Amino acid sequence: MNRTLPAQSGASVFDRLELLLPLVSKPIQYVGGELNATLKEWESTVVRWAIMYPDAYEVGAPNQGVQILYEVLNERDDVLAERTYAVWPDLEALMREHSVPQFTVDGHRAVGDFDVFGLSFSTELGYTNMLTAIDLAGLPLLAVDRDETHPIIVAGGHAAFNPEPIADIIDAAVLGDGEEAVLLITDIVRTWKQGGRPGGREGLLLELARTGVIYVPQFYDVTYLEDGRIQRVAPNRPDVPWRVRKHTLMDLDAWPYPKAPLVPLAETVHERMSVEIFRGCTRGCRFCQAGMITRPVRERSITGIAAMVEAGLQKTGYEEVGLLSLSSADHSEIADIARNLADRYEDTQTSLSLPSTRVDAFNVDLANELSRNGRRSGLTFAPEGGSERMRRVINKMVNEEDLIRTVTTAYAAGWRSVKLYFMCGLPTETDDDILQIATLAREVIKAGRSATGRNDIRCTVSIGGFVPKPHTPFQWAAQLDHESTDARLFKLRDAIRADRQYGKAIGLRYHDGKPGIVEGLLSRGDRRVGKVIVQAWRDGARFDGWSEHFSYERWMLAASKAFAEESVDVDWFTIRERERAEVLPWDHLDSGLDAEWLWEDWQASLDEVAVEDCRWTPCFDCGVCDQMETEIQVGPTGVTNLPMPAMPARPPVLA
Amino acid sequence: MQRLRIHYAKRGRLRFSSHRDFQRALERALRRAQVPMAYSAGFSPHPKISYANSAPTGVASEAEYVEIGVTVECDPDRMRAALDEALPPGLDVVEVVQARTPDFVQRLEASSWQFEVPGVSLDALARCVEALLAAPEVEVERLTKQGLRRFDARVAVVSMQAVGAQDAPLTSAAADCAILTGVVRHVTPSVRPDDVLAALRRVADLVPPVPPRVTRLAQGPLNPVTATVGDPFAPDRSA
Repeated sequence: MNRTLPAQSGASVFDRLELLLPLVSKPIQYVGGELNATLKEWESTVVRWAIMYPDAYEVGAPNQGVQILYEVLNERDDVLAERTYAVWPDLEALMREHSVPQFTVDGHRAVGDFDVFGLSFSTELGYTNMLTAIDLAGLPLLAVDRDETHPIIVAGGHAAFNPEPIADIIDAAVLGDGEEAVLLITDIVRTWKQGGRPGGREGLLLELARTGVIYVPQFYDVTYLEDGRIQRVAPNRPDVPWRVRKHTLMDLDAWPYPKAPLVPLAETVHERMSVEIFRGCTRGCRFCQAGMITRPVRERSITGIAAMVEAGLQKTGYEEVGLLSLSSADHSEIADIARNLADRYEDTQTSLSLPSTRVDAFNVDLANELSRNGRRSGLTFAPEGGSERMRRVINKMVNEEDLIRTVTTAYAAGWRSVKLYFMCGLPTETDDDILQIATLAREVIKAGRSATGRNDIRCTVSIGGFVPKPHTPFQWAAQLDHESTDARLFKLRDAIRADRQYGKAIGLRYHDGKPGIVEGLLSRGDRRVGKVIVQAWRDGARFDGWSEHFSYERWMLAASKAFAEESVDVDWFTIRERERAEVLPWDHLDSGLDAEWLWEDWQASLDEVAVEDCRWTPCFDCGVCDQMETEIQVGPTGVTNLPMPAMPARPPVLA
Repeated sequence: MQRLRIHYAKRGRLRFSSHRDFQRALERALRRAQVPMAYSAGFSPHPKISYANSAPTGVASEAEYVEIGVTVECDPDRMRAALDEALPPGLDVVEVVQARTPDFVQRLEASSWQFEVPGVSLDALARCVEALLAAPEVEVERLTKQGLRRFDARVAVVSMQAVGAQDAPLTSAAADCAILTGVVRHVTPSVRPDDVLAALRRVADLVPPVPPRVTRLAQGPLNPVTATVGDPFAPDRSA
């Protein structure tokens, strides 16, 4: 087939887009021009990436994953990377009317002109926004309908650990850390392009699949048993491996990205700079997919962190720095990091924050240190389980005494409000486990009042429905149906309201159970769920992570249409418990976790038995380090005092 | 505390930035440029910056003004260069002067505007202008946070002309557009470029096929005799 396409020119579509911008809300989000953005000449590069965070700009622009890959790719001379985000329905309608394609915000080039269209999925709820982008880009929705004039579509991010629901849409998926993976893909695409595109599109995809670390769904066939379960997932090409491994980046100090964080003009959900202080977590919380799939723990050193904070602040002008990780207070050098950074920035109107999640008095000390001269408005802790029994089930070992002691310390140090995060619908949970949250919140207020002698302290309980995720011990668990989730949350609400003495000091925030069912379907679904996604999108599903755009009824209607000929339904994928022998849709995707270990941990959970953290106790054989040839990388480095940064030169603006 | 007045422009695609977008960009640029900002006292200190009369989102401007307070004396020219460097291209610092006089905001009595009107002939546009100027009063509607408001837009219009693209005040104007220029007084409720266009639609059915591109050319004291807008920095320079 020899088609002449106007595509691949890399020409800017801004002139056409510009005419639409006066007609849409918040037009600045489509304009680009962020500080520290990179704009390269199209012709001077060989491999070109369009990277998408499939949500609105205000959510996507601060995303660390996209910022890191954008910079890693653009550092290569012959590689060009630009960013694209989901457009709101008002602009989508105008773009369709005026034939403006999905565009990047850097060069305003058509996404269809690029070699690779990479999407980072933090959540499955971005799948419908991916379809909008593919469609607006003028590309066929399904991989089989695309040819070598189209970009290859690559999915990454946590949701890519089970990309089966979008297996017919994407061309490839990458599991794990993206820094080295995008460079590997770039090398393969470059060789393929420069070699005259041998084998066409399939030739390129085969080269990617043969690496063993890039998953190309179309080279795997799935067969099913009569009862609907998967019989087998097998490669359908020679030398395509049976299992695809995840990527693990070692030595974070060698990868200090983003070196120059993007500073958008538009307002975003995170008006601060972030520095990732470590990757991975081995606390072993059984509900937590992030903790399971990002093992082992790899720390950035205290000197590496300080250098990134200093360089980033100079390049951005941000007033706040967040020290990011899955559980920041667990860094082996965190006390020295907090003290040193607090010293450095004490007189500069720069504030530091730690997304602290563990219930630990030590966390309060850290928070106090970081807010030396700032305001102490609110602290957040995540006990996750309402009762002590529940916390043994999920392996989040916090006893009530510790929790009360921690919040008392916080209130006594001047914090006025404490926020507590919980989940509803965890395995084996009963009404009683959830009602204990009300008791706990009451004790928190009581302790706070007696510690401070004040009545103006508050506690906010935030609770959401639990969604079982692949590659966790709860991957076999039944999800709680949304009616039961809602009923339990209402009981909790009533219990808090009925508390005359303390109820007014307790705030409750909860989300109803319906979105969780759709997320559950997309999280643990297999290839048959793909038809539901396409149907829901055709019926108008967009921005499913936004309550004002999400419609449970639309998804259920789409599912009933798409599953009409199948022996499975939404309940089968969500509220059904799986047995050990069942082939799970993601079994051929290797996160390093040993299936036997996961199963034993699931059984231990049902027996309410906790496990320790392998950073401080001997290895308990989860399988990751052996399987992936990785190792735990933690300090302390021995450096406890950082030199103060050199006095800045005399500001050039002075008279 | 030294006070400095900054004249800046909002050009090109940056015209889509809102006032809040500009505020964040300016505060970060001041930090990057190491400007020794004065901060307010109190529980949550914020930098001393006063904004005046910002142009609406989507409208470009050659004449926006902001005043800042600094704790160490700064050189206005060096400030202009450093701040221009620290702001993104499109938010361009034109001039910085030391504040030597009070009541700066009161000096911003009127603005002059340029509208690039596509798909309308110069003659047709001239007839629209004539109709507007002939009307004693033109009521327009605007949706505000308080609901739909009705007010007279004509009262604020001091002068208005239609000219060909070759006579546009700004050379960047598109060649295939007729150009509307005018001076509009700052009144309450404010009459914005959109309201002027609504008034033209009301009196003369002017409905361009795509929204006109609007630029504020100047704002400052109004000379009622010549119907021109003066330089608001003049008193600071001569003081």
